[in-house]
Amino acid sequence: MYAQMVQSTGQGAKSREDMSPEERAFQDRIDADQKIEPRDWMPDGYRKTLIRQIGQHAHSEIVGQLPEGNWITRAPTLERKMILLAKVQDEAGHGLYLYAAAETLGISRDELTEQLLSGRMKYSSIFNYPTLNWADIGAVGWLVDGAAIMNQVPLQRTSYGPYSRAMVRICKEESFHQRQGYDIMMKMAQGTVAQKKMAQDALNRLWYPSLMMFGPSDADSVHSAQSMAWKIKINSNDELRQKFVDQTVPQAKYLGLTIPDDNLVWNEDKGGWDYSDPDWSEFFDVLKGNGPCNTERLEARNKAWDDGAWVRDGLMAHAQKKRAAAAAE
Amino acid sequence: MSKEWPLWEIFIRGQHGLSHRHVGSLHAPDAEMAIKNARDVYTRRNEGVSIWVVEANNIAASSPSAKGPLYEPSESKIYRHPTFFDIPDEVGHM
Repeated sequence: MYAQMVQSTGQGAKSREDMSPEERAFQDRIDADQKIEPRDWMPDGYRKTLIRQIGQHAHSEIVGQLPEGNWITRAPTLERKMILLAKVQDEAGHGLYLYAAAETLGISRDELTEQLLSGRMKYSSIFNYPTLNWADIGAVGWLVDGAAIMNQVPLQRTSYGPYSRAMVRICKEESFHQRQGYDIMMKMAQGTVAQKKMAQDALNRLWYPSLMMFGPSDADSVHSAQSMAWKIKINSNDELRQKFVDQTVPQAKYLGLTIPDDNLVWNEDKGGWDYSDPDWSEFFDVLKGNGPCNTERLEARNKAWDDGAWVRDGLMAHAQKKRAAAAAE
Repeated sequence: MSKEWPLWEIFIRGQHGLSHRHVGSLHAPDAEMAIKNARDVYTRRNEGVSIWVVEANNIAASSPSAKGPLYEPSESKIYRHPTFFDIPDEVGHM
């Protein structure tokens, strides 16, 4: 998802017998669906796992602006351009809500930024793929935001209050993103032969990377087990991926586009579609930094940070000067 | 890394007649910029008619561990709720 393979304590969910009285009281609150707030006592592992997860989620929102920003100057009409601008601006807002939630756990914004820029913290693998034609912008909204929603809707119920509230805001806005993407796809798919070909091409390239967003199966992951006990992860990766496929297949059919999977077949028993797994070796390779755009993305973020330094410093100096002048009056 | 901008807590009045409500936080060098940023971040879809910004370190908060002593005293005072009193139906709406 926007946060993939988040490491937890690495020891699986703790049994009640192994918990300290504080941990037990904490787990009771979570089991009773009470929200944990920043100043409440929490296990160190809970805090650290959340910082990793929310941080990675925030970084994904920010880096996710790059593939779409790529098309702002080349959108086919002024209306499409304004819509895309609004969407990219939303992504900046989403990053900000999430950074603010992570900061309540005791890490600073600059530390988070520094860890993204140095490559120590990750962002979603999906944003290391390029957006090559205008239909890619449609496919990103439809598939990538669609996959994100799958994960973000249940996360509104996550146990950490600030994270949950950020998710509520994000989900409200995310629906616009997916629908604008699908709107582009409809236009292209119902357009000229060349336009339809572009739409199919976008689906072909982005289908498997979108499935990868959920991360590999975590049925046996000790990290996921602990995160689920703490309700900072609500569904398994496979569950969400299946839901995404089931939702997307009829949408592709409506567009008259073909999902690039010969094994896609309706399975009556499970009431869902059987589908091919993405190439997980490609996924791990992208995580390692070898995707088509990893270098470009990190360079762009580093450049933005460096180029913006004088603005940040200048505004701060101006604010201090104004404060000093006001104090002297 | 340069010095970080301070953190501001943002409160928005959603509609005329309602109270300001905490919606989130952001970093800004001063109050003026905090309001401008809050406009861009928290009112992109007509969510507000008025914005308050408060520097986060100026907020004093009750401690989570004081929850008991602070709120328990009111738990037993159920007579503070109107439903505590039975009013006969004949009396009509009260």
